[in-house]
Amino acid sequence: MSASRRVSTQPSWTSRLALDHVRAIAATLAQLRDRPLSTLLTAFVIGITLALPAGLNTLLRNLDTASGGLQGTLRASLFLKDAVDAAAGADLARQISKRSGVSEARYLSREQALAEFKAHSGFGEALDILKDNPLPAVIVVTPDPRQPQAEVDALFKTLTTLPEVETTKLDRQWLQRLYAILQLVERSVLLVSGLLALAVLVVIGNTIRLDIESRREEIVVLKLIGASNAFIRRPFLYTGLWYGLAGAVLACLLVASAGVFLSDSAQQLAGLYGAQAQLSGLSSDAVLAVFGAALLLGWLGAFWTVSRHLSAIEPD
Amino acid sequence: MSGIIEFDNVSHRYPGGQDILTDVSFTLKRGELAFLTGPSGAGKSTFLKLAALLVRPTRGKITVDGRPLSEIRRGQIPAYRRQFGMIFQNFNLLQDRTVFDNVAMPLLIRGHSGEDIGRRVRASLDAVGLRGKERAYPITLSGGEQQRVGIARAVVAKPMLLLADEPTGNLDPHMAGEVMQLFMRFNEVGVSVLVATHALALIHRLPHRILRLDGGHLSERDEAPSVDTADEAFDDEPPFDDGEDAA
Ligand SMILES: Nc1ncnc2c1ncn2[C@@H]1O[C@H](COP(=O)(O)OP(=O)(O)OP(=O)(O)O)[C@@H](O)[C@H]1O
Ligand SMILES: [Mg+2]
Repeated sequence: MSASRRVSTQPSWTSRLALDHVRAIAATLAQLRDRPLSTLLTAFVIGITLALPAGLNTLLRNLDTASGGLQGTLRASLFLKDAVDAAAGADLARQISKRSGVSEARYLSREQALAEFKAHSGFGEALDILKDNPLPAVIVVTPDPRQPQAEVDALFKTLTTLPEVETTKLDRQWLQRLYAILQLVERSVLLVSGLLALAVLVVIGNTIRLDIESRREEIVVLKLIGASNAFIRRPFLYTGLWYGLAGAVLACLLVASAGVFLSDSAQQLAGLYGAQAQLSGLSSDAVLAVFGAALLLGWLGAFWTVSRHLSAIEPD
Repeated sequence: MSGIIEFDNVSHRYPGGQDILTDVSFTLKRGELAFLTGPSGAGKSTFLKLAALLVRPTRGKITVDGRPLSEIRRGQIPAYRRQFGMIFQNFNLLQDRTVFDNVAMPLLIRGHSGEDIGRRVRASLDAVGLRGKERAYPITLSGGEQQRVGIARAVVAKPMLLLADEPTGNLDPHMAGEVMQLFMRFNEVGVSVLVATHALALIHRLPHRILRLDGGHLSERDEAPSVDTADEAFDDEPPFDDGEDAA
């Protein structure tokens, strides 16, 4: 008798699972829709938390591009041996300027170099007390800004080995400092991103915990009638995913609006440095990363909470 | 054929307490309906909880549908519970769901299609006399009606066994009688039923086994008694308990 009384038309497990998921999706979306304020608030907190690393990353990428533009203005000063006279120096400058990858090579005689130094150093007439001009003649080489960095380096290397050249000085130190700073900032952004990811995890986990608490009664009944753990867990996991998704959408919107808001000032700043950097918004890669991270964090936060709290709710 | 529920020298005590059940042996045969009585605190609910794997026995062996419960691991408990229907004194209905949605829950967790669910839920509500109340919320129903929703939920997936813990404890005698009638009707179509109850006045005339739990021991009245001997046998029991341990 027992066999015949058992449910005889059990659906196949695949259609059953698909149906379970569709129902969980519909039910969780309906729940979130039924309390729009708290849903929006949670999504907003997650959105801001995600927008910070996404925004910092975008900023960093812009700085990187901008500093790449500045590299074009990098120059090398070739200090000539004293034996090279003005005519030979000017001639050498003309030859260098014809090399590929060089956009300009300007010869400064010893006198011109001194004059320039006087004009720019602020020592002015004080230098008149020097009996001899201590400065060598110099050729200032500006590479073609469209050249890749490696070729610029190679060019400078060959210029250094010219027989007329005493020493070379690359006008580059400040750029290296900038790179060092950028690298430091990049590391910090990574660190901050990690911490903020943790914060998202905690926010989602806490929201789901409250959700579980408010549905304690339902969970007890579900356990009493024999609902599987997967079935009970599923809606909470989807809720976590939805929070992540909503947070990602908000984060992207926030970063995009910040980009619009800052673009004028960024252009001004870039103008000051002679670069024409256009502030670029979130790249498609970054958008993907934000969504991927948000969904993953939403799911993880929910899973982590659900595993800790669901087993504690048992019918008594 | 073995019984659907078998207790073999089962003892139980809650942590830190004394024995609630002491060496209890009992068999509910397939297709049988039995009542479990006894004073408050005797361990009737504990008895049912042991069968439902809500608690594990301290000693002894429990077998349900031929399967020793000691072999059922934690993760297998949900599947085990889907084999039977449970009914509670406090109904355990979800107040924010309609009658329909409450009754549909056992089918939902089994992944039935919407069409199938609609058909079965209506049939089940029909069987307990609640046709037309599908859209109502439990709070708008009387106690008897709510209990019948609980019964509809317990039978909707056609279990082979029903376990009911004081299903009439919150009901007036008339409604309690109707609920007991329902159990007998399900039993007539082959469902095994075990009902823990205080409502002796309702059951002592019925031709079913009546077990009595007291002091940790189980005793049994074998025959369907005449009215006067039944009253003597259980004269320490109130004829009807109108909810001394209401939820
Ligand atoms: N979770 C628990 N922890 C400790 N002791 C418990 C627990 N549940 C029940 N008890 C004790 O076990 C004894 C039996 O309880 P049980 O609920 O099984 O009795 P009952 O026969 O159902 O009583 P009633 O007719 O009042 O419902 C009682 O003394 C009770 O205090
Ligand atoms: Mg009880």
